[in-house]
Amino acid sequence: MEMIIDLASWAFLLAGIFFIFTGTLGMLRLPDFYTRLHAAGITDTLGTELMLIAMMLQAGWSIVTVKLLMISLFIFFTSPTATHALANAANAVGLRPFGVPEADLRPKKTEEA
Amino acid sequence: MMFAAAAAGLIIPMLMALVRGLAGPTLYDRVLAGNSFGTKTVLLIAVLGFIGGRPDFLDIALLYALMNFIGTIAILKFFRYRNLGVADSPDSKNGGTA
Repeated sequence: MEMIIDLASWAFLLAGIFFIFTGTLGMLRLPDFYTRLHAAGITDTLGTELMLIAMMLQAGWSIVTVKLLMISLFIFFTSPTATHALANAANAVGLRPFGVPEADLRPKKTEEA
Repeated sequence: MMFAAAAAGLIIPMLMALVRGLAGPTLYDRVLAGNSFGTKTVLLIAVLGFIGGRPDFLDIALLYALMNFIGTIAILKFFRYRNLGVADSPDSKNGGTA
């Protein structure tokens, strides 16, 4: 049983590291702010959750697992919120996505709020 | 040993996030890099807590996650409205909401 838990936590850990690495790599190499935001926002949250699960497996049924659960719940809700706030702030200032024609960005007459 | 690998696997993306932070053309790239770096720091603190056998590091990690989020929102608000709308501060026009 011990073996299975160790193997599972190793697997989660490596998957977490993989996603964090790809998220950061995407953040480095993608051409435009919004693509970087997309890359970092998604994979960061997933990578963090996977690594926290790996630690929960290692900690077993204890107060440490409860704390890890609190951290993962908090990050699960605030990371997308921060990403949305970033995109909204950038969009409000007028930073437009790369290569999208301006006409498409303006809301249609019918949707004029 | 496993968490040493985790810590090593976290350091490299943190450096990459710093590179994006320094190179980022727009302000928002830098804020994104800061936010991403903060999230990874939360993980690193938790991992170091496991390595050092100190369960109380997880409280620090949770607090760091809170501060990181609030810091990101504060930076965005500051650069959006030029002031944080703190009551009776000299630059907040009506002292209340921006």
